[in-house]
Amino acid sequence: MTTIRVNGQEHDVSGVAPETPLLWVLRDTLGLTGTKYGCGISMCGACTVHIDGESAQSCITALSDVGDSEVTTIEGLSEDGSHPVQKAWKEHDVPQCGYCQVGQMMMASAMLKSNNDPSDEDIESEMWNICRCGTYPRIRAAIKTAAKEMQN
Amino acid sequence: MNEITQLSDWTEANWTWSQAVTRRDFLATSAAAGSLVLMASASEGIQKAEVVEKLGEFQPDFFVGIAPDGTVTVLVHRSEMGTGIRTALPRVVADELEADWARVKIEQAPGDKRLGDQNTDGSNSIRFFFDRMRIAGATARTMLERAAAKKWDVDASECYAENHRVKHQGSNRSLGFGQLVEEAAKLEIPAKEELTFKPRDEWKYIGKSVPLTDLDEILTGKAVYGIDARMENQLYAVVARPSVVGGVVKSFDATKTKQKPGVVDVVEIPKFEGAPVFQPLGGIAVLADSTWNAIQGRDALEIEWDLGENTSYNSEAYAEQLKKTVNKPGTVVREEGDVSGPLEHATKLIKADYYSPHLAHASMEPTCAVADVKTDASGKVTSCHVVSATQNPQAVQQAVGPAMGIDPAEVLADVTLLGSAFGRKSKPDYCVEAAILSRKMKRPVHVTWTREDDVQHDYYHTTTAMHFEASLDKDGKPDAWLQRAAYPSIGSTFNADTKEPVGFEMEMGFKDLPFQLKNLRVESGEAIAHTRIGWLRSVCHIPQNFGVSCFADELAHAAGRDPLEYLLELLGEDRHLDLKKAGLGNRGASADDYPFDIGRLKNVTRRAAEMAGWAKKQNLPKGRGVGIACARSFLGYTGHVVEVEVSKDGTVTIPNVWVSLDSGTIVSPNRVRAQLEGAANMGATQALYGEITFTDGVADQSNYDGYQMTTLADAPRNIHMDVVESDAAPSGVGETGVPSLAPALCNAIYAATGTRIRELPISKHDLSWS
Repeated sequence: MTTIRVNGQEHDVSGVAPETPLLWVLRDTLGLTGTKYGCGISMCGACTVHIDGESAQSCITALSDVGDSEVTTIEGLSEDGSHPVQKAWKEHDVPQCGYCQVGQMMMASAMLKSNNDPSDEDIESEMWNICRCGTYPRIRAAIKTAAKEMQN
Repeated sequence: MNEITQLSDWTEANWTWSQAVTRRDFLATSAAAGSLVLMASASEGIQKAEVVEKLGEFQPDFFVGIAPDGTVTVLVHRSEMGTGIRTALPRVVADELEADWARVKIEQAPGDKRLGDQNTDGSNSIRFFFDRMRIAGATARTMLERAAAKKWDVDASECYAENHRVKHQGSNRSLGFGQLVEEAAKLEIPAKEELTFKPRDEWKYIGKSVPLTDLDEILTGKAVYGIDARMENQLYAVVARPSVVGGVVKSFDATKTKQKPGVVDVVEIPKFEGAPVFQPLGGIAVLADSTWNAIQGRDALEIEWDLGENTSYNSEAYAEQLKKTVNKPGTVVREEGDVSGPLEHATKLIKADYYSPHLAHASMEPTCAVADVKTDASGKVTSCHVVSATQNPQAVQQAVGPAMGIDPAEVLADVTLLGSAFGRKSKPDYCVEAAILSRKMKRPVHVTWTREDDVQHDYYHTTTAMHFEASLDKDGKPDAWLQRAAYPSIGSTFNADTKEPVGFEMEMGFKDLPFQLKNLRVESGEAIAHTRIGWLRSVCHIPQNFGVSCFADELAHAAGRDPLEYLLELLGEDRHLDLKKAGLGNRGASADDYPFDIGRLKNVTRRAAEMAGWAKKQNLPKGRGVGIACARSFLGYTGHVVEVEVSKDGTVTIPNVWVSLDSGTIVSPNRVRAQLEGAANMGATQALYGEITFTDGVADQSNYDGYQMTTLADAPRNIHMDVVESDAAPSGVGETGVPSLAPALCNAIYAATGTRIRELPISKHDLSWS
């Protein structure tokens, strides 16, 4: 039996071809539609999840590459939206349409885990996600707010 | 009774999209519980005041319901694509109703023409529905107050609603809204003349910020977009469409596709007939048990196409043709005075050609829809349910109905959240695809457009050439101004014979030139479309305000004048533009409610300049500069100052944008600011990078690698906003922030480098310096 671990739970994915991108396994097989499709070629970051705590683009990660790793999606980032990044996003009213924000938050939370005091340059180089609504100024501000909480 | 209109059919439908609550559900559940359900235009008075006078026919606009537990439910009939409209409209109702916002529930309406205009497009939602929402709230409040008066046996004038209760002035008595519902439901609906409205200074919600209704769902990944909509037993489909508009399948071999894992079937979709309108491009659909398996199946298709006559479309050659067209006399669309004499005998004649390319919408969520079509034994459609990310569920009904051989009103068109849209999702060709496939497969089908599909098969923003001529008098002011534009028209998508820009397009930043000129001529030129042309956030303002405002800057420099002062002088005296004389339709709005107010346009221009510290930024070192532009669009006014830094290697960064907006009365200040931020980013993205080109009829770009977007690193860094406080009628916001950004940016590049950008995108120009 082929399984993957997502948000702390084992899922049977025996029926899924191993080359299938994790994105579609999450969305269409496991019904975890919080992770979004945007480009399929790792250009936009909408599909970003954590694999063993590191950000990864699920649209170019084959199921077979996940192995025993722990996958975290937005549904598992926190139980109730209480992750510092989610709270900061709320404080700054970041989303407009909201579609890319899951990927933005997954990217930001992975960055802050390894660097809880990011400079503007850090944020600019790490946060390459596309937002067509143009929420970038608020994302920048929200990351700084979340960083402060994560420093405490 | 037709099956589709039966409630039982509706509630028993096999689908699992949990957020959907239909108008019918809503009515049934709340009415059954003895609620007051107010259909706003069921009131004769409201019909007369709000609908009949404006639209000339009976069109109910929306519903507000109050349950016995006091829960107020507001049905939102406009689509949420990031503007906050799903929050803003109910706030207006709640304010006038004196409802407690915490007890207001928001439900999304399906398409139903009785609700009034549902096309969430053209920055119209607040403008169209602000008054109607207030009337609905005031109507419900009045009925509750009258119900309380009846219960207490006092005069209704002694009763007033406050924070979800009705109180009596003469005593301490009060009753909650829920307690009054039963009595209120028995009352006649008051006429509009009987209503009173809260004075502006008593507004609690209008003009105050509140988090988005859907914020928590968005932040926890629970928000449902079109791509997430699910129906039980659904198949996942992708479609191989002709790479050229008008192409057809000659033959295809699906043998390899059908051997692919998870592939269930392969179905041909016919091409549209006549003009494209909102019908499918046609092609071969692959249906599978997952999106990925459908994509893999599509990759294995072998299709022989007849791509048709639009293979002749090469955008580079087409651009050259357009530029020739605008250098010849065209159709005069506005003329004041006579330009010919001054232009012919000018001592100083300035001429310039401007050009801007096609753009794609590239909304983060591509177009997606799921449909469930049921048929009887003869194959006749008996029910049709479409759930989609659509800006216009009535357009879904109108497009899907005929394709299914049923009355559009019988199509149940539900609306999810939209992962941005920018105009693309008001064109429901993708919904028709889903319906066609569901009918054929006899089960629900979800169609996903991949990013490649989205960028290669868009309804593209048009490509525009413009020509300008002005003669300057001894003071450096233009005594004659001629401008001409040619571009394939949006009209061509609806009528294949369209050969020239249509009226509303020319009125977006061109025919409505706001400058005070003795001699003016505005012309359009012929251009035949070879791809589907659509509208994209701010539409023809994108090229036309770019051309006009950059040319004005050219004149300022030619006259050796400060661009701000020169611009204000061009705008001339504070006055209302004579719309009739200029032949302007004013987006259907009356000149009384929405005058073309040059004073307001000058005001936002000055305010943006003051915020920016314009005077102090006139002698910046080489590589740095500021530019200014202003626009009236969607009945609102903007002034933009953009600051750029152009490095020696030619890289452009935008450290600061200052924008002043006057859109009259504001409902949601924080969302208005968000729209200005977003508009600054979108204007910058398109000006810096935006370009779709065609070779042999095929779009050369297909994803975000070739069609570049800004990211956090290169987007405008600091956006300084000023929203003018005004009690004028509310105008547009969402698109209004776009038009003056790009020309201000290009004017700043001129100030920084001396290079005049006359063709977009900026990235095509070598801006390096030493």
